[in-house]
Amino acid sequence: MESQAFQKIYTKLTNITKATVTLKATGVGYEEMAVVYGRLAQVVKIIGDQITLQIFSGTEGIPTNAEVTFLGRPPQLKVSDQLGGRFFNAFGDPIDGGPEIEGEVRDIGSPSVNPVRRRQPSQLIATGIAGIDLNNSLVSGQKIPFFADPDQPYNQVMANVALRAKADKIILGGMGLTNDDYLYFKKVFENAGALDRIISFVNTTENPPVERLLVPDMALTAAEYFAVDKNESVLVLLTDMTLFADALSIVSNRMDQIPSKDSMPGSLYSDLARIYEKAVQFPSGGSITIIAVTTLSGGDITHAIPDNTGYITEGQLFLRRDSDIGKVIVDPFRSLSRLKQLVIGKQTRKDHPQVMNAAVRLYADAANAKTKLENGFDLTDYDERTLDFARSYSDKLLAIDVNVDTETMLEIAWDLFGKHFSKAEVGVKQEFTDMYWKG
Amino acid sequence: MERKNKTTGKVAGIVANLVIVDVSGPVAQNEICFIHLAHERLMAEVIKVVGNHAYVQVFESTRGLKVGSHVEFEGHMLEVTLGPGILSRNYDGLQNDLDKMEGVFLTRGEYTDPLNREVKWAFKPIAQKGDKVTAGDWLGEVSENGMPHKIMVPFKMEGRYEINWVIEAGNYVVDEVIAKITDDEGNEFPLTMVQRWPVKMAIRAYKNKPRPFRLLETGVRCIDTLNPITEGGTGFIPGPFGTGKTVLQHAISKQAEADIVIIAACGERANEVVEIFTEFPELDDPRTGKKLIERTTIIANTSNMPVAAREASVYTAMTLAEYYRSMGLRILLMADSTSRWAQALREMSNRLEELPGPDAFPMDLSAVISNFYSRAGYVYLNNGSTGSITFIGTVSPAGGNLKEPVTESTRKAARCFYGLSQARADSKRYPAIDPIDSYSKYLEYPEVQESLEKNVGSEWLGDVLKAKDVLLRGKEAMEQINILGDDSVPLSFHDRYWKSELIDFVILQQDAFDKIDCSTPMKRQKYMLSSVLKVADSEFTFKGFEEVSGFFKEVINYFKQMNYSEFESEQFKAHEKALQAFLKERMN
Ligand SMILES: Nc1ncnc2c1ncn2[C@@H]1O[C@H](COP(=O)(O)OP(=O)(O)OP(=O)(O)O)[C@@H](O)[C@H]1O
Ligand SMILES: [Mg+2]
Repeated sequence: MESQAFQKIYTKLTNITKATVTLKATGVGYEEMAVVYGRLAQVVKIIGDQITLQIFSGTEGIPTNAEVTFLGRPPQLKVSDQLGGRFFNAFGDPIDGGPEIEGEVRDIGSPSVNPVRRRQPSQLIATGIAGIDLNNSLVSGQKIPFFADPDQPYNQVMANVALRAKADKIILGGMGLTNDDYLYFKKVFENAGALDRIISFVNTTENPPVERLLVPDMALTAAEYFAVDKNESVLVLLTDMTLFADALSIVSNRMDQIPSKDSMPGSLYSDLARIYEKAVQFPSGGSITIIAVTTLSGGDITHAIPDNTGYITEGQLFLRRDSDIGKVIVDPFRSLSRLKQLVIGKQTRKDHPQVMNAAVRLYADAANAKTKLENGFDLTDYDERTLDFARSYSDKLLAIDVNVDTETMLEIAWDLFGKHFSKAEVGVKQEFTDMYWKG
Repeated sequence: MERKNKTTGKVAGIVANLVIVDVSGPVAQNEICFIHLAHERLMAEVIKVVGNHAYVQVFESTRGLKVGSHVEFEGHMLEVTLGPGILSRNYDGLQNDLDKMEGVFLTRGEYTDPLNREVKWAFKPIAQKGDKVTAGDWLGEVSENGMPHKIMVPFKMEGRYEINWVIEAGNYVVDEVIAKITDDEGNEFPLTMVQRWPVKMAIRAYKNKPRPFRLLETGVRCIDTLNPITEGGTGFIPGPFGTGKTVLQHAISKQAEADIVIIAACGERANEVVEIFTEFPELDDPRTGKKLIERTTIIANTSNMPVAAREASVYTAMTLAEYYRSMGLRILLMADSTSRWAQALREMSNRLEELPGPDAFPMDLSAVISNFYSRAGYVYLNNGSTGSITFIGTVSPAGGNLKEPVTESTRKAARCFYGLSQARADSKRYPAIDPIDSYSKYLEYPEVQESLEKNVGSEWLGDVLKAKDVLLRGKEAMEQINILGDDSVPLSFHDRYWKSELIDFVILQQDAFDKIDCSTPMKRQKYMLSSVLKVADSEFTFKGFEEVSGFFKEVINYFKQMNYSEFESEQFKAHEKALQAFLKERMN
């Protein structure tokens, strides 16, 4: 643990709660770091000479005469090229047995980019997954989460996307990661021979939950170093942001703040936005793209965590098991990439937007037909055809195991249109049916 | 609030961006102060006073702030600077010019001048020596991006004055004294082109505010045709995330018939503002042929920028709009999203440990929102000219539930309700405005009805009501079909349902990203509505319900091709002819 000369040591705590301690001290700055009984802590409240500190690993066993020293600085990370290939904990200390990082010290949670200095994101990120590339294309500089129930293979899909995305650096921020998932990420990154491009900040389920609060800022400080100082394209993976938000609510609860919806703090929107808005396309070429995971409970997206996330991010990728084909798909109804219109039909073939919309509309008709069927009504010929279409569409395009280029995805879609429908039923601009219709 | 000596104080406590200051003199509610750190000054606003403790909300991060820091109170509330050169600017919520800031990242404590003090404006006098004037009266005019920008008697000047002197026509910087006026007691006041005004106070330099009566064309069919908004009217767009609030607002701001558009990006995504920066300098204003950016001012307080300034941003935007309205211009003001502003109020109220209202929002939320919406409106200025602020805000209801406090409070304040429906967005029926639940109270105003009849056509109102009727009956028919099954209902139910689908697909749905379809002038809206209603009024004979859907899908397809074609072009007419031929076959 770091220490400085001439440091004043305090030894009298006046108040201890589950997450915080309070003591009398002077000359302390807001959000300054401190060490309490050997544990890292941060100033969260100052009233006169009463300083309240949040202890990241909890207050269990801390006595009223514990030693407290203030570090005179906010939380920081040392940045340099040495970060590549390394694994760290939430405080930025190595956990892979390697040496300490040498480099420039940066404050984490730094100010945001001036909006007029941003560039409009414009570079398509191809993943090979049609549920993404065809229906919800990603663009560098975007921020987008997977919405998935805890039993979905979201970490696997995310690792796939990351490795196919051709980023210069991949930065993993793991929050409440199970040890198995941590080892899984380590293994796929190693197998892909990509380890030197990857930097990981990991808080596992074995670590105290409140420590997680530092993980996104650590990951994003490293990301800004590579994107701004080195003009690199950086992909940041944050999993699982629901566990991050849970940690926020633990803290605000223990500080007696009035909770708003779903016992989340009233500032949840701002807290999450501060993180997600770090996604940016810089004028000098570097970019930060954030792909996150927000686990749902029972698919409920009206819960405060996914709800606030959806209002902040540029779309969401909704994973769902399609029982008709027995595979996990990217649900075309609830998924959305809001930046897709910047690239589709421009960096992809011209018919892309119309094909995408027509297919989703027909898939919606199939959903209606299915409801009819479940309610015991007779199906029309059109209903039957939409159901056939939906099964193939799901299997050949929506399933997460698809890995083809965008042009092939469009061809597959035209194939399915021609096989199941008439031109009027598909309702695409004539210019495109003239070119691509497969009768 | 003006004081001889500045009140000072010392920081006594810090909880996030709420700072408690020990003051040594008088302070006023909402007074601005600066907290001095080693290298920077942080701006803050007084939001509560208890004894000699002023509670201030800081417009910046308080990281590193210490107890004992020196605080200086400014003797005024949060103000904006008003003068030529506001158009095309990108401001933050406190009206700092974002382009003047150095570096890629925002720097705490950096405040920049909203105006350019060097550029010279071609001033032409309007008033002359001897004229009697009051606040808001026009002294002269400069051309700002081709728009007449009036230089007015400052709004803060109470009472009547006489003009002593007005500078002759010529090129001057904004700080040049351009007129001198005297009050009854003979005190002389030199006036420049610049004035300041506190954002939380409404500018009332007008004679009266009648009910709005004239349609404001937005080019969006399901607004203009079904639930029109008026010049000086108010509306709001609630909708779950991703249902199209921002896309709709951007479409309106590109197309609407306004002289000036002010967009407040309040706690939303920075990339959406970048989209405006990137696109508006390229896009033409359909009416003037100039670039859209020339009539636009952006207030960007995006979600990662300080929360307290988010609250200020909507007021800053409204005050700029009021300033331009006083020049006799038509302003369109957009705020996306007013829920973020309400949340900023909530965060602060919670830190102040106030007794919370529903969903932990402050108790006076409804009053705050109503007060804000009431600043919009159509006005007659003292000189008989007219000006207007049309305000449209978005609301982001938590969990998509319209029964939450911000939506409910806004419903009381705004006269048009454009509710976006998740189901419509899911099935890509954009814009996802729910045609049944949405409303425009203006349609019930006799003066609006009269104006529509005069300007659009005598049969128009009847057509609009008919279209609404078809939509409603179609929805009812669909519910019956869903309950009873396709073949257990009479064929007429299918006919009714598909006629409503026809209106839905052809009139309501509109592709915001298609060059032609994105904006429909009123003349074209009228033509399309009457064409569609002709089909809806016709009787067709069908053998079975499958034939009904097949037939209408074809009809919809023809109409859609028309929507994608230039109005009255060869292509448009060809599709129309093909449609007529197809219809003729079926007509009996
Ligand atoms: N009129 C439209 N035409 C075509 N697509 C649209 C239209 N309106 C919305 N969309 C699609 O929906 C997406 C989301 O729209 P938008 O960003 O306006 O939602 P929002 O309601 O503002 O969401 P949030 O509350 O999260 O800000 C867009 O990126 C676009 O893909
Ligand atoms: Mg939006």
